[in-house]
Amino acid sequence: MTKTHQDSTFQAGVDIELQGVTKRYSSKGEAAVAALNVAIPAGEMVMFVGPSGCGKTTSLKMINRLIEPTSGRILIDGEDVTDINPTKLRRKIGYVIQGGGMIPHLSVGDNVGLVPKLLNWDKKRIRERVDLLMDLVGLDPVHYRDRFPRELSGGQQQRVGVARGLAADPPIILMDEPFGAVDPITRSRLQDELMRIQSDLKKTIVCVTHDIDEAIKLGDRILVLERGARIAQYDTPESILAAPANEFVEDFIGSGSTLKQLSLRRVDELDLTQPPTAHIGDRVAEVEERVRAAGETSVIVLDSRERPREWLSLRQLRHADEVPTPTTDLQTVIDHRSTLNDALDAMLASSHGGAMVTNRGRYIGVLSYTAVTDYVRALNEQASDEAETSGPRASEATRTSPLTQESSGRSSGAGA
Amino acid sequence: MWGRLSREDRILLIGIPILVVLIVAGWFIWHATADLDDIEARTLAVANVATLTRQHIVIVVIATIAVMVTAVPTGVLLTRGRLSFLAGPVTFIANMGQAAPVIGVIVLLAIWLGFGTPVAVLSLWIYAFLPVLANTVAGLRGVDRTILEAARGISMSPAQVLMRVELPMALPVIMVGARTALVLLVGSAAFATFISAGGLGNLITTGINLYRFPILVSGAMLIAALALAVEWFGRLMEVVLTPKGMK
Repeated sequence: MTKTHQDSTFQAGVDIELQGVTKRYSSKGEAAVAALNVAIPAGEMVMFVGPSGCGKTTSLKMINRLIEPTSGRILIDGEDVTDINPTKLRRKIGYVIQGGGMIPHLSVGDNVGLVPKLLNWDKKRIRERVDLLMDLVGLDPVHYRDRFPRELSGGQQQRVGVARGLAADPPIILMDEPFGAVDPITRSRLQDELMRIQSDLKKTIVCVTHDIDEAIKLGDRILVLERGARIAQYDTPESILAAPANEFVEDFIGSGSTLKQLSLRRVDELDLTQPPTAHIGDRVAEVEERVRAAGETSVIVLDSRERPREWLSLRQLRHADEVPTPTTDLQTVIDHRSTLNDALDAMLASSHGGAMVTNRGRYIGVLSYTAVTDYVRALNEQASDEAETSGPRASEATRTSPLTQESSGRSSGAGA
Repeated sequence: MWGRLSREDRILLIGIPILVVLIVAGWFIWHATADLDDIEARTLAVANVATLTRQHIVIVVIATIAVMVTAVPTGVLLTRGRLSFLAGPVTFIANMGQAAPVIGVIVLLAIWLGFGTPVAVLSLWIYAFLPVLANTVAGLRGVDRTILEAARGISMSPAQVLMRVELPMALPVIMVGARTALVLLVGSAAFATFISAGGLGNLITTGINLYRFPILVSGAMLIAALALAVEWFGRLMEVVLTPKGMK
C-alpha cells in the first residue's frame, strides 16, 4: 500500500509570510483579522487553532485569496503574491477542506486529476499521477479510481481530498478542518497517514483546526489565535504545553498537559524491547526451550512475512506440536510512528503489558508499558525542575525559537 | 443507468410512449373506418394533418431553442455576484410574460408586427421564458457552496467552475424547467393558427367554425399526443443528461 517516493516526484515546501494581513467586512465594526504577522517556515506543518469566530479560517483563506485581504501583504517564497491573479496563485497552493469537497459528478480519479487536467498535462501523465497519489493516501487505484464520491465513506472521501490537494505537486498545502467530519478512529488514522506523507514530502502545510489535540499531534508549530486573529502564542507544541504564554492559551490547552505531551512523542523515540519470537509452523519444543532460556513466559508469533500475528503465553502452546496459525485478529499492534498516546491506548487492551510495534507492517519489537510510564515520570520530573529554575512562564517561552520573538506581540491581559 | 431511476421515472418512460402510440394508432384506425363527409375528409387527409403537425413541431422547436439559448445564459448572469441585484426585476418581468394570456400576446404582437410564424415564435418565447429562467437560477443557487469554494480553491477559474461544476450540478433542475416549458409550448402553439402560422390548432378552429366535431376532436387529441411525446422526450433528456454520480 505504501511506497517510498523519490525527491524528484514531489517538490518540497517554501516559506510563507503574512505581513499585517487584515480583513474587515465593514468599514466600521471590528476587523475579522486584525494585522496578522506570521512567518511560516518552509517544510513545516503549522496549525492555526483558536475558538470559533477567532478568524483562523479567514486567515487561512486569505493565503490563497478565497477571501481578499483588506490590507497587508502575503509573501510566498519571498515573492509578493498579494496582487497576482488568484487562479494563478492557487496553482501553487493545494487546498483540502472538511469532507473532501469532491465534485459529485466526477469519478474519484477525475477529482484527483482535475488540477493536472486544468494544467493541460497529457492523459498518461495524469493517470500515473492519480495512481501514485491514491496509493500514497492508501486507496487502491484499481478499486477506487472509477467510483463516484458518494460511493465512498467519509474517511475515504477525505483521503481523496488530500490526494487532490497534492495532485499538481504544490509546494504549499492549506487544510481547513480536514478531519473534522470523520469519526475519532478514522481521524486518528488519517492524522497518522498525513504525518507519514508529510515526513516524506516536506511540504509547507497550514492547517486550521479547533481541536488542540490535533494541533499538538500534527503541528511543527502551533499558532493560537484569539478573537480578531490576534496571536496569543506561536510556538512549538512542546513549548506551548510547557509554557503557555497567558491564561487564554492555558485555558485553551485545557487540563492534562502531561498526557497531551504523549501525543508529541513517537513510539520509535523510545527503546523497544525484544522478547523471543517464533514463526508459524515452528516446532513447539524448540520454541519453548528458547523462551525459557531467555527467562520469558510468552512468545510473539510472526507469519512468513514477519508480520506479528499473536502474542502467546507458553501455556497456550503446550498442547500443540507446531506453532499454529492464529485465528483471532490482533488488537495490540501499533505503527512505529504512532504517538505514545495512541500506543498507551493500545496497550491498555493488551494482557502482556506492552504493544507490538511494526514498521510498514513488519514486526520490529515491543513497546513495554514500563517504558511509557518511565517516560511520563521523566517528563514530570523535568517539568518540576523547570518550574523551580525558570520561574515565570513568559521568560521560558522566549528561548524556544526566533519565531517566537516575532509573535511576541501577544496580548498580555487576554482572558478567554 | 436504468438501475438508478425511480419507480415513477420508469413507469413514465415506458408508459408515455405506449399511450402516445395508442392514441395515434387509434386515430388512424378511426380515420380509415369512419364515415367522413367531404369537408372532414379533405381537412383530415393524412397529408394535410402531417403538414399541420410539422408546422406545429417547427414552431415549438424553434421557440424552445430560443428560450433555452436566452433563459439559461440570463439565469447564469443573474447568479454571478455583480449582476445578482438584477435577479428581482428580471424575474418580475419574466413573471409578467407568463401571466399574460398567450392568446392576447399573440394577437397583439401580430397586429403590431404582422402575421406569420416568426411572431408566433416570439410570443411563445415570451411565454416560456420564465420557467426556464426560474429553474436555472434555482438550480445554480442550489449547488453546494462548499463544493464551489473547493473548486475555486484548487485553482479552477470562474469560467471552469461554471462549466465543469455549477452547470452540470444544476442541470437536473434546469432540465425540469425545460421540460415544463416544452409542454407549455406544445399547448400554446395551438394559438398560432390565429395569426396564420399554421399548426394543429388549425384543426380545432376549423372544427369549431364549421361545426365538425370529428375535426375538432382530432385536433385536440393530436395536440395532446404531441404534448405527451414531448414530455417523454424531456424526461429522456433529463435522464441522459443528468451526470452520473449525481443521482
